[in-house]
Amino acid sequence: MNAPAGLRLRLRAFASSLDPALLATLGALSLVGLITLYSAASDHPGNFSGQLRNFLLAALVMLAFASLPPRVLTRMAVPVYGVGLLALVGVLVIGVSVKGAQRWLDIGFTRVQPAEIMKLGVPLMLAWYFDRRAGTLRSIDFLFAIVLVLIPVALIARQPDLGTALLVLAAGFFVIFFAGLPWRWLLGLVAGILAALPVVWSVLHDYQRARILTLLDPMSDPLGKGFHTLQSMIAIGSGGVFGKGWMQGTQTHLEFIPERTTDFIFAVYSEEFGLIGNLVLIVLFLALVARALTIAGHAATPFSRLLAASLAMILFTYAFVNMAMVSGILPVVGVPLPLISYGGTALVTIGMACGMLMTIQRHRKLVQS
Amino acid sequence: MKPLRNPEREVSQFRERLVSASVLVALGFLVLCLRLAWLQVIRHGEFLARAEQNRIALVPVTANRGLIKDRNGIIIAKNYSAYTLEIEPAKVGDLDGAIDELSTVIEISARERRRFHKTLEDYKHLDSVPIRTRLSDEEVARFAAQRYRFPGVELRARLFRQYPLGETASHLLGYIGRVSAKDEERIDGFADPNNYNGTDYIGKIGVESSYEEQLHGTTGIEQVEITAGGHPVRTLTRTPSVPGDNLILSVDIRLQEIVERAFGDRRGALIAIEPETGDILAFVSKPTFDPNLFVEGIDPVNWDALNNSIDKPLLNRALRGTYPIGSTYKPFLALAALELGKRHPESVTFDPGFYSYGGHLFREGGPKGGHGVVDLHKSIVVSSDVYYYALANDLGVDAIHDFMKPFGFGDLTGIDMEGEVPGVLPSTEWNERRFHQKWFGGETISIGIGQGKNAFTLIQLAQATATLANDGAVMKPHLVKAIEDSRTGARTFTVTSETRRIALRPENVAFVRDAMVGVTTDPSGTAYAAFVGSTYKTAGKTGTAQVVGIGQNEKYDERHVEERHRDHSLFIAFAPAERGVQPKIALALLVENGGWGALAAAPIARQVMDYYLLGKEPAAPQNVHAAEPTALAPAAHKTAVAASSVSSGGN
Repeated sequence: MNAPAGLRLRLRAFASSLDPALLATLGALSLVGLITLYSAASDHPGNFSGQLRNFLLAALVMLAFASLPPRVLTRMAVPVYGVGLLALVGVLVIGVSVKGAQRWLDIGFTRVQPAEIMKLGVPLMLAWYFDRRAGTLRSIDFLFAIVLVLIPVALIARQPDLGTALLVLAAGFFVIFFAGLPWRWLLGLVAGILAALPVVWSVLHDYQRARILTLLDPMSDPLGKGFHTLQSMIAIGSGGVFGKGWMQGTQTHLEFIPERTTDFIFAVYSEEFGLIGNLVLIVLFLALVARALTIAGHAATPFSRLLAASLAMILFTYAFVNMAMVSGILPVVGVPLPLISYGGTALVTIGMACGMLMTIQRHRKLVQS
Repeated sequence: MKPLRNPEREVSQFRERLVSASVLVALGFLVLCLRLAWLQVIRHGEFLARAEQNRIALVPVTANRGLIKDRNGIIIAKNYSAYTLEIEPAKVGDLDGAIDELSTVIEISARERRRFHKTLEDYKHLDSVPIRTRLSDEEVARFAAQRYRFPGVELRARLFRQYPLGETASHLLGYIGRVSAKDEERIDGFADPNNYNGTDYIGKIGVESSYEEQLHGTTGIEQVEITAGGHPVRTLTRTPSVPGDNLILSVDIRLQEIVERAFGDRRGALIAIEPETGDILAFVSKPTFDPNLFVEGIDPVNWDALNNSIDKPLLNRALRGTYPIGSTYKPFLALAALELGKRHPESVTFDPGFYSYGGHLFREGGPKGGHGVVDLHKSIVVSSDVYYYALANDLGVDAIHDFMKPFGFGDLTGIDMEGEVPGVLPSTEWNERRFHQKWFGGETISIGIGQGKNAFTLIQLAQATATLANDGAVMKPHLVKAIEDSRTGARTFTVTSETRRIALRPENVAFVRDAMVGVTTDPSGTAYAAFVGSTYKTAGKTGTAQVVGIGQNEKYDERHVEERHRDHSLFIAFAPAERGVQPKIALALLVENGGWGALAAAPIARQVMDYYLLGKEPAAPQNVHAAEPTALAPAAHKTAVAASSVSSGGN
C-alpha cells in the first residue's frame, strides 16, 4: 500500500513539475495536427490511427526525457554523437539505397536513418562541449565546434540528403551562436556562404537544382517539377481568409496536393482553414518557440541553456522551413511540419526535444539573476 | 588568455543572443504571415479559379444521331446501344499479347483483329480503339469478372449506327465512320466546331454526310468533378444534349428494294422522281454494298473485296457516272425542233438506213434498210437515227446546247448529296475552251443520237425527264423530303417551290409525250414488248449507248471483256401519261453493258411503274444477266420497221 501511495505522490509531484504552458501549447498543436490529418488522410484512415499511436509513443518518450535530470543528458551527449557518427560512416559503407539515396542502415530487426539521430545528437554534443569550455572559451573552441558540426553535415549531404544536412547544420549553428560566436565571425560566415553559392550550385544534384529553379518560377513547368509547389500554392490561395471548411478542400480531397499527409500537410490545413487558421497555427508555433526560449533563459547550467535555446530554434526552423516551402518561398526540402505531419520518427524526435526542455525547466535556476 | 572568463558576462551575452534569436523568430513568422496573406487575400481570386479549373472537367455529352426514314416512315438508319470492348493502346505494352489473353475470355475473330489493327493504323490519335463490339450480356458479365487481368481494356456502352436493310439503298444512305483528319478539317468549317467535341463518328458519304449537321444534334455538357488522376467523382451540372433531327427521305424504300432486285447482279443505275415535287422516289446504283461494314471501320479483307472488285460497287453510278445517253436524248431534241420551229409535226425525212455528211456515212442503228419515210412522231416511236442526224445538223450544236441547258443537262442538278459531277453538254464555245480547236459539223451529227461529246449523269437525265413530264417546271431533285424535329415531330420541307419554269408550248410538250407513249403502246414502238398489257399509259424512250472504252489497266477474263464491250441499255419514262393527267413518276435508268435499251432497261421500268402505280410486286426476282440480245429479240425491237410507220400515224 505504501509503495503505490508513494509512487502516486511522486508521480503527482512529477506531473505538477511539468511546464503547463509548454504542455498546453503542445496539446493545442497536436489537436490541430490530428484534425488536419483526419482530413488529409480521409482516404487512408489507417494513417490517422497510426498517428494516434505515434503521438502516444512520442508522449511517453517526452515524459521519459522529462523525468531525466539534465546531468544524464550531459552524460548522453558524447555517446549519442559518437554512435551517430559511426552509423553515418556505416551508411556510407554498407548503407541501403532507397530511391537513389543511401540513407538507411539495416540493424537486423529494422532499418534506421542515422541522420535522424544527429538532429538532436549535434546540439547535445555542442552544448556538452561548450559547457565543458565554459569560462575558458577561446576562438579555437568555436573552430573546433564548427568542425564537430561539419563532419556529420558533410556525411549526411553525401547520402545525399540535403534537407536533413541543412537542419543538422542549423541545429549546430544555433548552439555555436548562443555560445557567443562573435558577430564579426557571423558576418564573415554569411559572406563566405554567399561567396560559396556558385560552388555549391555546381556540386548540387540535378533534382536539387530543379527544386531551386522551380521555387524561382513555379509556373515555368506546372505539370513537371513545379507541380508540387504550384498545387500547394493553389490550395493555400484558394482557401482565402476563412478557408473552405474542414474536409471540404478540393485540392486536398481530389488529390491535387502531393504528399498531403506528410511534408505538404500545411497546404491541406491552409486550404480548409484559411488565413485565420494559419494565423492561429503561427501563433501556436510562436508560443511554443517563445516558451522554449524562455526556458532557455531560466536554465541553470550552460549546457541546459545552450541545449534549450538551440532546441527552441530547431522547432522554429522546422516550422518555418516547412511552411515557407509549402507556401513557395523556400525550395522543396523534406522537412515535416512539427506535430502536424504524419510520421513517427519526427514526432518522437519532437517528443525527445520537448522532454529535454521540460527537464531543463524543472531544474531551472530558482533564483532570478 | 581567457577572454570570456566572467560567468555573469556569459549569461548576459546569452540573454542578448536570446533577444536576437527572438527577433529572428518574430521576423520569420512575420514573413510567413505576409506571404500567406498575399496568397490568401490578394491572389485568392486567381488561385480559387485555378482550383476550380483543376477540379472541374467539362465532359461533352454526345447527342443521339437522328434517324433516317423513308417517305412512308420505314426506318432505314437507326441507333442502338451496345457494349464494346476497347483497348487504350497507350496503356498496353504488348498489344497482340493482350489480345491473345483477352481472347481466352471473349471470342475475338481474326477479322476483328485485322479491323483493330487497321483502325489503329488509320486513326493514330485515338485514345481508345474498339476490339469487340456488340457484346452479349453473358460476355459482358464474363469480362467484368476478369477485368482486373486486363489493364488498359475498357468496357464501354456506346451508341451504334445500324442500317437494318443492309445493302438496300446504300449509295443514297451512305454511312458514318470514325472522324478522320480530313473530317476534322470539315468540322472546322461548320458553324460550331465545338459541337463536335466528344463526337467519334461523322457521316462519310450519302445523305449521312450531306445532312451531317442536321443529323448530329447539339452536344450537351456535363461539369464533372475530377481527381488529379482524372477520375470522375461526381457530376456537378448537366446541360443535356439535343438529339439530331430525323431525315424523312423522299425515297420509297419498298420501290427502291424492288428496283435493286430487278437489276439482279447487273451493274447500272436508276433514278425515279415524282415530277410535281422533285422527290426522288428511288435512287439506285448497282452493285451496292453493306454500309454496316464501314461504321466500326471496315476490315481489310472486306475493303479489298469492295475496292478491287471489277464491278466497282463503291462507285455511285447514279450520281457520278457520266454516260452518253443514246436515243433517250431524242424526245428532247424533238421538242427543241418544235420549239425552235425547225420541224413541224408533219414534216418527214426519208430514212434509208444511213446519213451522209461531209463524205462520211452515219449508219442507222436499227434495220439495215432504214425506217423509210419518218415523221417526227414516228422518229421517236421507232427511234430513227437518220431523222435525228438530219435534225441535229439543222439545229446546230449551239442551239441544242442552249435549248438543253435549262433542262439541266451538263450541269449540277443540286441534288442533296455530295460528289455530284456536272458532265458535259457540248457547245462550240466549250469545245474551244476545252480542246482549243474548232467544232466540226460532223460532231453535231452524233449529238443527234445522244452520242459524241455528250456526257450526262443519270440524275440529269431523270431530272430532264421529270421536267418534261412536268410541262417544263423544274423541281430540284432531292433525296430528303423533310427534316423532322425528333422531339416535336415538326417537319421542315427541303424543296417547296420550283427552281425555274422552261417556257414550252403545251401542244409541243403534248406531242412529244404522245410520241413517247407510242414507244410503249404502238406495236412498232421500241418498248412495246415491255409494256404489253399495261393498264395505264407510259411515256417512254429507249436508248442504247455505245461503250467508248473500258479501263486499260484492268485485267479480267475474256467473258468479262466481251460483256463489258456491250452497249449500255437506257430507258427514260414517266407515267401515267394519259393526256391531262399529272404523271406521278418519272425515271431514267441505265443497265451497263445491257445491250439494247428495249431489252434490258425497259422491263425494269415496267416493274417500277407497276409497283408504284398499281402496287403490283414482281413475281420473282429477275436475273437476265447473261441474256443475249439476239436470243430474245421480239417484235418491239428496233428491227420492227415498216409496219409500225402506218399504225403510228394516229398518235
